[in-house]
Amino acid sequence: MALHFELVTPAKLVRSEDVHMVVVPGAEGEFGVLEGHAPFMSTIRDGAVQVYKTEGAAPEEIQVRGGFAEVGENGLTVLAEHVEG
Amino acid sequence: MASLKELKGRINSVKSTQKITKAKQMVAAAKLRKAQAAAEAARPYAERLSAVMASLAAKVGGSDSAPRLLAGTGSDERHLLVVVNTDKGLCGGLNANVVKAAKVKARALIAEGKDVTFYLVGKKGRAPIKRDYADRIEQNFDTSTVRDPGFGEAEAIADELIAMYEAGKFDVAHLVYPVFKSALAQDPTVQQLIPVPAPRAEAESSAAEAVVEYEPDEEAILEELLPRYVKTQVFGALLEIAASEQGASMTAMDNATRNAGELINKLTIQYNRSRQAAITTELIEIIAGAEAL
Repeated sequence: MALHFELVTPAKLVRSEDVHMVVVPGAEGEFGVLEGHAPFMSTIRDGAVQVYKTEGAAPEEIQVRGGFAEVGENGLTVLAEHVEG
Repeated sequence: MASLKELKGRINSVKSTQKITKAKQMVAAAKLRKAQAAAEAARPYAERLSAVMASLAAKVGGSDSAPRLLAGTGSDERHLLVVVNTDKGLCGGLNANVVKAAKVKARALIAEGKDVTFYLVGKKGRAPIKRDYADRIEQNFDTSTVRDPGFGEAEAIADELIAMYEAGKFDVAHLVYPVFKSALAQDPTVQQLIPVPAPRAEAESSAAEAVVEYEPDEEAILEELLPRYVKTQVFGALLEIAASEQGASMTAMDNATRNAGELINKLTIQYNRSRQAAITTELIEIIAGAEAL
């Protein structure tokens, strides 16, 4: 069971991979997305997206600025204007 | 007829010109590949964004509270043409074509009695537009200070445009830029930028996303999304102009190199003929002198 996670910036497709869970810094609070999440859309505030490759693994942090996150049937897509690291 | 020395000088000068055009062609070919890759890489973001825009706009667009960037100011008297040109020349008729498209649009709008102003991006559009519409140029955006105009520049341009829009300086903005078709063809395009033309939502997608939850609400998201959408459009135009510039430059320099080659051949033939003629004359002189003895 894996969640398909895509991180996209205007310049390029930064990530496209299957992961266990992603924690996104939403505008109204952080939220974690697992596989099979209900369709959901949120703007994000500047902060770190935490990617958990497998259950219990240490999260990988990606700093993002400006954008929004969308959860659909195809998984989670984070559109960010700037990505660091 | 030109003397041998003059001819030799001309051949050499054409040869060095050919070297320059050939080098420029190779550089353009290499840069074109890079620019195309950049345009390719930008596509996923633009596609996702317009898909989301479409579903949101379909929901909010009809209501009175729709943001001004989507709904417009209510009038369409004052138009702003955002003309995107290159900073450097040596790219054939590219800039001339873009300027021509912009002028056609401007004339059509003026004929309808609208007020037209220009916002120019890139150096090469300034002079030709200034010639006809000197008093209508609102602002220039200088992209010549950076090597490859990227998202940062697009952001700056879009922010400035949105600020001007919020300040009520214009009602409608159009973006004029060349669309890169191939190295041989770049089509100048006029596209409405502000108010954001409501993207057409596909019936199936809007039905499928009917249950999407929004955080904060749809309108707040849309409010934040619209400036991003404008930025993406401008960024797209910058990428297109970059690819078009290199493509056009490659073609133009290829032609120039070939022309220079033809000219060199012609001059070489002329040079050889003159040399032959000079030798013949000398021989005749010697023989005539010998005979006289």
